[in-house]
Amino acid sequence: MSRLRPLGLGRAAAVFGAAIAFPFLVTPDWLVNIGVFTLMYAGLATAWNLFSGFTGYISLGQAAFFGIGAYALAITFEHVSIGGGYRPFYSLPLIGLAVALASLPVAWVALRTRAMTFAIVTLMFLFIVQQLAFNLRSVTHGSQGVAVPQPSFTSNFDRPYYFAMLGLLALGLLATWYVRGSKLGLELLALREDEEKARGLGIRVTRAKLIAWGLSVGLTAMIGAVWGYYLFFIYPESAVDPLLMIGAVLMAFLGGKGTLWGPMIGALVLVPAQQWALTDFGATRLYLIAYSLVFVVVLLLLPQGIVPSLRRS
Amino acid sequence: MSLLEARGLTKRFGGVAAVSDCSFAVPEGTITALVGPNGSGKTTVFNLLTGYLRADAGTVAFGGRPLRRPEPTRLARAGLTRTFQQARIFPELTLVENLVVAIQQPWHAIARRAVSRRDEARALALLEEFGLVAHAEARAGTLSYGQKKLLEFAAVLMGEPRLVLLDEPTAGVNPVMVEAMERHVRELHARGLSFLLVEHNMNLVMRLCDPVVVLDHGTKLAEGPPADVQSDPRVLDAYLGG
Repeated sequence: MSRLRPLGLGRAAAVFGAAIAFPFLVTPDWLVNIGVFTLMYAGLATAWNLFSGFTGYISLGQAAFFGIGAYALAITFEHVSIGGGYRPFYSLPLIGLAVALASLPVAWVALRTRAMTFAIVTLMFLFIVQQLAFNLRSVTHGSQGVAVPQPSFTSNFDRPYYFAMLGLLALGLLATWYVRGSKLGLELLALREDEEKARGLGIRVTRAKLIAWGLSVGLTAMIGAVWGYYLFFIYPESAVDPLLMIGAVLMAFLGGKGTLWGPMIGALVLVPAQQWALTDFGATRLYLIAYSLVFVVVLLLLPQGIVPSLRRS
Repeated sequence: MSLLEARGLTKRFGGVAAVSDCSFAVPEGTITALVGPNGSGKTTVFNLLTGYLRADAGTVAFGGRPLRRPEPTRLARAGLTRTFQQARIFPELTLVENLVVAIQQPWHAIARRAVSRRDEARALALLEEFGLVAHAEARAGTLSYGQKKLLEFAAVLMGEPRLVLLDEPTAGVNPVMVEAMERHVRELHARGLSFLLVEHNMNLVMRLCDPVVVLDHGTKLAEGPPADVQSDPRVLDAYLGG
């Protein structure tokens, strides 16, 4: 493939080399724990970018699929043995595929709207799913939550989750890279700039949007499933959480939406900052102000996000 | 045989009938002009023909087949394509990408490379023809207005259309560019492409087009060879007062 450039390959090797080495070099559990959440947000922001960054349709509802993925894993392994503890990880592709396919009719309806309306419709969908999680008690046990069986990894408990999140992030970046260099990517960039014009050229815009949506949702659901397995216990409030969504979207904006590495960089900056603010100012809730301050500064200095601003300068 | 045929087209915006009971044809192999005073409904007719607006009444047939629900994507794939008055291109994409994205792909091609060597060669050949090849790798947003119009024209050709609708191809561009535009239309016409033009430059219309369709108040006033239309008293009336 002539699209593979040595510089890009080297960059990917450096980033993933460092990420793979991290849990071996840094042993305190709480740090690896922050690593898991950083990778989770990096994956979510990357998945979000795959649809919203490429199409310009701002979805605020992807957290619904994060939650559905988590519930899918939890409910499945209420009935199926987790074996040595790795079986839930092997079920991820199936969960991703199933949630992605099931989400297509929703997307097909939501994509009849544009711009702000689309953002509101997807946000509505998030709350509908949350309400369903509360009220479909026979499936989700409502507000009691669902317990996921705990694996018996003895030492370095966080590591399998860390590498699962890392693997999903790698998958997300790979998908982004591939889509960006494909005819699909070209169609998406065209329709992001002028959808009416793209239609006039014979581009099948709805199909292009649905494929990007499916990829994004599948990834999001798999990340949600790993998250559910990591926490052992999932509740409607935490599994379908608007704040999680806002976090991932802001990270993508911060790093630069529509770029390959931007969303991940946004997560690398923000998640540790968020955790630091939480531990230092958490009791007083001042951390929320500290968090928003980061955004104000970034929006003032790098309004297009880190990656595009750097590229331009 | 008429390649495109509109019959009884009607479109109302609120109480105003922008187009009312408008019928005309674009015969195969012609450069047909659609002219009329400002506000006579030319652009609305374009939007109805290309599926950007839904007609309140009337039918459109393309290549002898009636179009039940005209829709831009399907029409483009059937060979009917258009440009816009304001030169709509994709400013963030390069010129080559602007052309390649307009090649109609089968569904299974979407995973292929964005710009294959063959696509690129085709795009470069067309850019050469349109005098834009020096900017091939530049972002389209950096072009001048006239160049954008040429690029948009070139892009619609990538889909290998049978009929191209040009919405004011020479509005707001310099005289050299008008000449270039005329030359391209003539060359492509000689290769068998049909055109429907909305155009305000009457000298150009008289030189280039046959037949000429005149609209006034959303309905057809006259249709025929340019000389006949030009001397039609109703047409003079519509343009000069009345």
